[in-house]
Amino acid sequence: MSWFVGYVRSSVGAKTIMAVTGLLMVLFAIVHMIGHLQMFGGQDMYNAYASFLQSLWEVKWPTRAGLIAVFVIHLVSAIRLVMMNRAARPVKYAKYTPARSTIAGRTMALTGLVILAFVFFHLAHFTFGGVQPEYFHLPDGHGRHDAYTMFVRAFQNPAMYGIYFAAILLLSMHLAHGASSWMQTLGLRHPKYPWTDKVGPALMVILFIGYMAPPTAVLLNVIKLPGA
Amino acid sequence: MTINLDARIPTGPIEQKWTKSKFDMKLVNPANKRKYKIIVIGSGLAGGAAAATLAELGYNVACFCFQDSPRRAHSIAAQGGINAAKNYQNDGDSVHRLFYDTVKGGDFRSREANVHRLAEESVNIIDQCVAQGVPFAREYGGTLANRSFGGAQVSRTFYARGQTGQQLLLGVYAGLSRQIQAGRVTMFPRTEMLDLVTVDGKAVGVVIRDLVTGAISSHAAHAVVLATGGYGNVFFLSTNAKGSNVTATYRAYKRGAGFANPCFTQIHPTCIPQSGDFQSKLTLMSESLRNDGRVWVPKAKADVGKRAADIGDDNRDYYLERKYPSYGNLCPRDIASRAAKEQCDDGRGVGPGGRGVYLDFRDAIKRDGQAKIAEKYGNLFEMYERITGDDPYKVPMRIYPAVHYTMGGLWVDYHLMSNVPGLFVAGEANFSDHGANRLGAAALMQGLADGYFILPYTMGNYLAGLGLGPAVSNTHAAFKDAERAVKTKLDTICAVDGKHSVDSFHRELGNIMWEKCGMARTKESLTEALEAIPKLRERFWKEVSVKGGQDSFNQTLEKAGRVADFLEFGEMMCKDALVREESCGGHFRVEHQADGEALRDDTNFCHAAVWEYQGDNNAPALNKEPLTFENVKLATRSYK
Amino acid sequence: MNLTVHVWRQKNGKDAGRMVTYQVKGVNEHASFLEMLDVLNEQLVAKGEEAIAFDHDCREGICGMCSLVINGRPHGGHERTTTCQLHMRHFKDGQEIWVEPWRAGAFPVIRDLCVDRRAFDKIIAAGGYISANAGSAPDGNAVPVPKEQADRAMDAAACIGCGACVAACPNGSAMLFVAAKLAHMHMLPQGQPERAKRTEAMVTAMDAAGFGNCSNHYECEAACPKDISRDVIAMMNRDYTKASLGHREEESKAEGAG
Repeated sequence: MSWFVGYVRSSVGAKTIMAVTGLLMVLFAIVHMIGHLQMFGGQDMYNAYASFLQSLWEVKWPTRAGLIAVFVIHLVSAIRLVMMNRAARPVKYAKYTPARSTIAGRTMALTGLVILAFVFFHLAHFTFGGVQPEYFHLPDGHGRHDAYTMFVRAFQNPAMYGIYFAAILLLSMHLAHGASSWMQTLGLRHPKYPWTDKVGPALMVILFIGYMAPPTAVLLNVIKLPGA
Repeated sequence: MTINLDARIPTGPIEQKWTKSKFDMKLVNPANKRKYKIIVIGSGLAGGAAAATLAELGYNVACFCFQDSPRRAHSIAAQGGINAAKNYQNDGDSVHRLFYDTVKGGDFRSREANVHRLAEESVNIIDQCVAQGVPFAREYGGTLANRSFGGAQVSRTFYARGQTGQQLLLGVYAGLSRQIQAGRVTMFPRTEMLDLVTVDGKAVGVVIRDLVTGAISSHAAHAVVLATGGYGNVFFLSTNAKGSNVTATYRAYKRGAGFANPCFTQIHPTCIPQSGDFQSKLTLMSESLRNDGRVWVPKAKADVGKRAADIGDDNRDYYLERKYPSYGNLCPRDIASRAAKEQCDDGRGVGPGGRGVYLDFRDAIKRDGQAKIAEKYGNLFEMYERITGDDPYKVPMRIYPAVHYTMGGLWVDYHLMSNVPGLFVAGEANFSDHGANRLGAAALMQGLADGYFILPYTMGNYLAGLGLGPAVSNTHAAFKDAERAVKTKLDTICAVDGKHSVDSFHRELGNIMWEKCGMARTKESLTEALEAIPKLRERFWKEVSVKGGQDSFNQTLEKAGRVADFLEFGEMMCKDALVREESCGGHFRVEHQADGEALRDDTNFCHAAVWEYQGDNNAPALNKEPLTFENVKLATRSYK
Repeated sequence: MNLTVHVWRQKNGKDAGRMVTYQVKGVNEHASFLEMLDVLNEQLVAKGEEAIAFDHDCREGICGMCSLVINGRPHGGHERTTTCQLHMRHFKDGQEIWVEPWRAGAFPVIRDLCVDRRAFDKIIAAGGYISANAGSAPDGNAVPVPKEQADRAMDAAACIGCGACVAACPNGSAMLFVAAKLAHMHMLPQGQPERAKRTEAMVTAMDAAGFGNCSNHYECEAACPKDISRDVIAMMNRDYTKASLGHREEESKAEGAG
């Protein structure tokens, strides 16, 4: 197995790790977004979806474990790469003018760190109920956890909306670069398929709109509390 | 005559000389090869190929170059291509035809046996380069493509876009790198050879300066190969790289090696003209442009300041078409160069300083359309625009001749060994294959033939004759003496502490050489140069400014040493040009012409002029190697 | 034209170095950038100061020796242009210009604007060749190479090894250089026998030299004076992954013998 360790430690291998783990998280992000879009389906639909997810413990726990593992690998690998990349240029330029790189690309480490903080915040908010405990554990009429109401209450607060807006924006930016890069990194990019370069920016728009649509609807009072 | 100029040409018919010679040569047992150490100076096509191939055979090789990597040797700048008698085009090419064209193109001043061997090996070169991964141009069916070049009626030039030299050099560099990794070549980049060391008349090593640390060191070997290129930079402005210099060959000359035909220089007609006194080098534009471009100057001197578009056809002098109706704009390099100079000397040159002629594509664009012209020459037009800021699709190009290649070099015998046993010379640094004029696409061919296929044989023959003893130690008194001499010279340069830059002297020398010993030479001009150069040299040693000392990375000091050598070498060049009372190839003596054409004197000058060092205060002695032509009949070239 | 030029001056590898400001007077707009530095050096010599050291040789854009970061862009940032081909007409009279060496840990500064690029040579020595001894080659036309393939090999082979890609990369990565060399050989049939071994060896040597990693910014592609495309990096990534994770006959033999 020394060949595998050698591969993972190599520059190209490290890129592959970033691409594969990143890609898995992008898939999760898409699924997660689709889930939340069910807010537009009303309280019953959303709470049914939420309780369906909670009931599948055989899937839930391996998925959670897998996600955590992927997240940690992505993070550790990123930290290692950033340190190596910094070391590769010990003396900085007095004047450096980027020509082709994007802001999204150049701020990957920064947006990554913000996303890390956001993930903790998000988990504390909706998974552990530490942020707005007053809205957590409300039951709905069917004895289910009323995720719908929790969601609506959360984003009726403009400050909370602002936090999510900023975080999702940065997340989308992070993915804009990441989702454009993976084909190149895995060696699948080819001039015959030039559209692959647009995958990242397209995904950025889709994710941003998809994630922010339900909270925005709440803020604009399109999605309302049950009975309101 | 005091030096031995036995060329050791094998006997027998010309087609069998090389084969016979290879069989007759002594061999070194594979197990013994590692006991021999060989020093190679230069890492271009000739030096790099020699170093790699000798290492493949099992010898211990040390290779030195002044650039930061062997991949940057000036062979890299060759554009057009490399000739080979493959006859892939089925157009009547053969080894004998390539041999014939090269001897004739050289205006009968090369050695027949060497040229024939070059033509024989040309075919192997292409095979070797293809195997190494050189991306030569291909036809759609996958076979190698060819283009035509000057001086030949067959299509035998192989090419890789306009970067053939680069691709061939990268092939050589890859092979060399493989041997470096294998530990059989030790590479010393950013180093400069400052002296050759001889013991008992044999070359046994070199003194090297590390250009980064300034350290002087001695390196001993069983044999030394010089592949250090040509001396075109004696003119300051040339198409050569800025670092190209005569130092290695000139210092070997001072240690006893004969210098042959230094006055044979090639001046290429299509270069971008000088645009001011700040200019540091000249850029070549491929000769192929003359296929579609028409060369002209205004008829009237009063018109030279006008815009080209404002000068009507009646007022234009298409002088090449007028003077050489059958060859027109495609007449050979030396003729085209001299004709351009004549127009400019007549006050009808265009552009800054009146040193330029028009190369006009107006008619070709009108005839074929801009797209067609762009397809053929787009990259060249782009290069021209980048340098001059003018768009050649709209205004005619301005071109002027520039020094491009030097046919002269250290004298070598058939084995590529100089008259100093153990000192081999390869590529542009030697004199043997191109006579008085080199044909296009022949320089790359010669460098690789010398390095891949000739030196590996002749070197073995020399080493086998030495016996199995170790090389002379680099602590030998001769090395210590040479090191001392080198340091003293560096100290002296640093101690001058004058006010004038090294470049200012180099420019001045270049100006003298170009005006007095350039495209057209006269007894008067050469005599004037021979008076002016020693004076300039004297001023150099009194007024040059070299700051920074010799114990660190000091580019000014590097340059100063090279210019000091050019200041001596230039004098020898003018002397050679003065005593060669004939015109041949690139050497045009105004006194020797018939109807404006070069007039060769085969009765008195059918020889290589080999100069022998006699001490700093004495004139060098002239030795002669007679040249005989048994296979190509001596004849006059005509282009009218 | 007159210019204010800020130049990095550093005595040797141990010196800390600093930017020094010079006024250059009387520069001709047709001069190349290097000729402008020649003029500046003449002015320094006249004042009895040491000339600025900078690498250059062919001055026609092919040797790859010249290497300046000008106003934050390697070779000045004009398309398909090396520093030696950059002319002063692209600058304005009175302009301020910053001139710095390539900045990378793997390219230590030797003096002023000159850096040591031997790391590139080490990468090539590790495997950047096709093993073919002189004399062993078959006829040049024995193996046909489709024109398109030869053209693409040539696109990659146009690399002049200047190091602008490393200088431009925010991470100081050498991947465009290494991948260009690999792509040149791997487009050709001659390069196939050693393909996997070569890719592994060169990537390993690149990593050992201390270059950074690729983050897909493509600054290298923008800076490359020979227009080498990032596509070569994708090809290298694919080849390296295949070579490392796949199996090869020579490896199984080696293990069997061991």
